[in-house]
Amino acid sequence: MPKIEFSQQLIVAVVFVLLFGGLSLFLPGFFHLENMIALLQSVAILGILGLGMAVIVIGRGVDLSMIAALAIPSALTLQLATSGVSPVLAVAAGFALAAAFGAVNGWLIAYAEVPPLFATLASGLFLAGMGQAWFFSIESVPLPDALEGLRVLGRGQTAGLPNSVLLLLIMSVLVWIYLRKLKLGAFTYAMGDNPRGARMAGLPVRPMVVLQYMMSAMIAAFAGLIMASSVGSMSTRIFNSTWIYDVILVVVLGGIGLSGGRGGVTNVLIGTALIGTLLNGLTIMDVSFPVQNLVKGFVLLAAIVIDSIANPRNEETAQQGDI
Amino acid sequence: MKNLMKSLLLGATLLAAPHAMAKEITEPFREGYIASLKGKTVAFLPGAMAMDLAIGWLGALKSELEPQGVNIIVRDPNFSVQAGAQAFTQLLAEKPDVIVVHNPDVTTYAKLIKQAEAQGILIVQVNMSSLTPSTAYVGVDWVEMGAIQAQHVVDACGGKGKIAIVQGDLTAAASAYTMSGINAVLANNAGIEVVSNQSAGWQSDKAKSITQTVLKQHPDLCGVIGFWDNMDTGTAAAVDEAGLRDQVYVATSGGGETRAACDMVSSGAYDLNVVYNVPNQGANLASTIKYLLSAGIKPGQISGQMYTTLTPVTSANAGDEGVCWTMKQ
Repeated sequence: MPKIEFSQQLIVAVVFVLLFGGLSLFLPGFFHLENMIALLQSVAILGILGLGMAVIVIGRGVDLSMIAALAIPSALTLQLATSGVSPVLAVAAGFALAAAFGAVNGWLIAYAEVPPLFATLASGLFLAGMGQAWFFSIESVPLPDALEGLRVLGRGQTAGLPNSVLLLLIMSVLVWIYLRKLKLGAFTYAMGDNPRGARMAGLPVRPMVVLQYMMSAMIAAFAGLIMASSVGSMSTRIFNSTWIYDVILVVVLGGIGLSGGRGGVTNVLIGTALIGTLLNGLTIMDVSFPVQNLVKGFVLLAAIVIDSIANPRNEETAQQGDI
Repeated sequence: MKNLMKSLLLGATLLAAPHAMAKEITEPFREGYIASLKGKTVAFLPGAMAMDLAIGWLGALKSELEPQGVNIIVRDPNFSVQAGAQAFTQLLAEKPDVIVVHNPDVTTYAKLIKQAEAQGILIVQVNMSSLTPSTAYVGVDWVEMGAIQAQHVVDACGGKGKIAIVQGDLTAAASAYTMSGINAVLANNAGIEVVSNQSAGWQSDKAKSITQTVLKQHPDLCGVIGFWDNMDTGTAAAVDEAGLRDQVYVATSGGGETRAACDMVSSGAYDLNVVYNVPNQGANLASTIKYLLSAGIKPGQISGQMYTTLTPVTSANAGDEGVCWTMKQ
């Protein structure tokens, strides 16, 4: 009996083609260049977050604090600029906060050996709480005129593509270079595949973990600046929303196994495109937000089930607290 | 000499008499009033403290009630419905005299409100009411709100055209009742077609992506009705980015905070922001509480509404003094 390659990437690609084809045929107004651009734009930030999450998940971790890292550092930047700090310094302070936060996450996971699920769940609450309690008096911090220069991140177009979509592409290339061309990327895959084996082989596993979480936090902070410039304000309330599940959805749906060591940038882009198509179709069909959440929840569940079949846990290397 | 002294004394007494008599007329109410307020506890349970509305209400409650010796406690569920219900349950055990509650939707706190009033705690609902009545409701008449917004949009569209609606949480009073106000107006305007009616869950990024998609589908859209200015920064950003500011009439509503309301109307981001003056609402809340406590009202004895006056803010009056209020940072 010939063996059929059971690849999640293939399944998702087929689902995507079917969904996209079906919507193009049956939903008037879907298959228009204009709508395609809107579709990409609506998921660009999600895609960028997905790239950060992908690096973590490939290294066998998970970062539930990404939305806190998206909201608080960027809101801090806006707040500082509003209070008269120079724009450059304000942006630097935001990224410094994100880097420090990522380093704390990495330290907790690599050195204190707290499972990433719990470490980032708690640290995200901590950062969001700290921001909401100490930094900001109201949850929505408006983009001040001093940061008008940042508007190009989230608004406007270059060569017919919205800038946020371009930034997604640029970030994709950067993360692709990191994962596929740099030694660090190879280390990440090795760690994800077998953390203890990677350590035995002499890889600097602990510093790598710290680096990965710093990367995801800074990618999230960057996504936060894009979002702030796009909407005109940063709402720290976004931490209370379901965004983090959307990010995990993009990563898992694209076929990056939660058990680590598999997948890449292409998977994130496929996952993002699929979610974008789904959400765009549902919006055009005028389906309400709660029902959209219902559909997303169902798709996430299906993706996790497929993931656990396609990428079974490696009993030899699995640890308590892995997801 | 003795007689002289006597008559002087008499004269002095007579002169002094009116004063002495005036001192005897005591103001009959204030002692009871002071006693009825002093040492009372008012608990404030908003949807979250970190927004212009709650900050404005609390500011007014404090400035009006604290000088009377009223103790104000705040429970901040920070946009979490579960945390709010938990805080409410906890308050039942703490037994404050009054709870000022801002319902996240029309049902979640319904039982708790009933329970609290049964325990003798006065419940004053603010701005978003529950389906369960309580001693008082102070806030917006959302049906009127929807009607005002819809009428403006219908007029701007010239009675026919496509409009979109961006709601908050569907089960919140501010969404459900506003919708019925809008529907009532639209029923008389068959030329208006609602091409999209979605919930953005009070989130600005969601409002933006919905509006963006709708605008791509319907480039001839003539109006959008949004349900809260804090969320509709996203709605306005989408309209602006599509270059359709002149064509699409953006209507929203909110608490009238300068930066969230008047500035956004002046800049042209919103064409209309129907505002409820939050400091006035706060003063209404405080007055209601003063009245209830000094009258010795017990829960269940009365139930009444105090609807807030709504002011449509357009470019014509956005710059006028007193239309908006400014939150201290």
